[in-house]
Amino acid sequence: MIRSEILKEIAPILRDQLVVCNIGIPSQELHAIDDQPTNFYMLGTMGLASSIGLGLALSQPKPVIVIDGDGSILTNLGTLPTIANNVADNYILLIIDNGSYGSTGDQPTYAGQKTSLSKMAEAAGCDRVVECQAEETGRVLQEALDAKQMTIIVSKCDSGNAKMPPITMDPVVIRDRFMKAVQGA
Amino acid sequence: MNIDKKITDDLAANDVSFVTTVPCKQLAGVIEEIDAHEDIFHIPSNKEDEGMGLCAGAWMGGKRPAIIMQNTAIGVAINTLATLIQYYRMPLPMLISYRGELREPIACQVEMAVHTKALLAQLNIPTYHFHHQADVEELDAILKYTFMCNKPVAILTDANFWGGYGDQ
Repeated sequence: MIRSEILKEIAPILRDQLVVCNIGIPSQELHAIDDQPTNFYMLGTMGLASSIGLGLALSQPKPVIVIDGDGSILTNLGTLPTIANNVADNYILLIIDNGSYGSTGDQPTYAGQKTSLSKMAEAAGCDRVVECQAEETGRVLQEALDAKQMTIIVSKCDSGNAKMPPITMDPVVIRDRFMKAVQGA
Repeated sequence: MNIDKKITDDLAANDVSFVTTVPCKQLAGVIEEIDAHEDIFHIPSNKEDEGMGLCAGAWMGGKRPAIIMQNTAIGVAINTLATLIQYYRMPLPMLISYRGELREPIACQVEMAVHTKALLAQLNIPTYHFHHQADVEELDAILKYTFMCNKPVAILTDANFWGGYGDQ
């Protein structure tokens, strides 16, 4: 199972939630599968999805789901201790760990080799860390929403990308409609 | 005048309620004031680009953010400033310890100081330089300006402003 298949499967869960989605192909895939005003697509700045989502979760009460990747977490590893030490129970970080830098040609990451992101999250102090297989992602994500407890999910899946068009929406439009969705009912 | 308290009060008076910090010795006092202020959520970050991500999220969540950092971090955060804060047009006051200026005791700090204003100018970031203690009087207007125009704005605060880093 590759990332786009996971996104298709969890799209009905994501639809009603605030979602911050990682740069590159993950955002393109989510945008093509189920574009929603509640989705914030990152068009640049690799690595900051988890930080943007944490700032958002700490600033308003609605649940926030961050869709991140193993490569992006590795590029901003300082995010894990910041998350662990600033607990927001409306925050779910879903790391889709395909062991590769998908947007740049599927070069292998260290997360696909000796490094365990779930153990790193635990070592950083995150209290609820769940590692699962790709097929279990929907169930684990729903359980995290129901638990109302800050959760880090590491979903292990295969490397590979779906062919989707780039997002052409203006960044200010993405941001503006997202902020209206944050403020809305 | 207690500059640390004045800066913190100005932030709070402008509804800045989410502040991330990466420390610098010159900023220790203001970070302490911010941490103690009941209307401000203080979240230390491990790197300045991470901090800017936190601020972007906080702003979209309805809070006014600010980042407190050292000027060396301009080198770390250029991509984030261009492709997140500016690209999505977000306000971000950056209170920056301007190391490597007059009264600086550490020679290496000068190496980024000579690039600081040029980099900020290249990014079209409005930049203010506090050199004398009285310059802090402009902070309130700078904060209002930042949230009026939705841009990152740099406030460089040098050793002379803080009372002399090397003299402490």
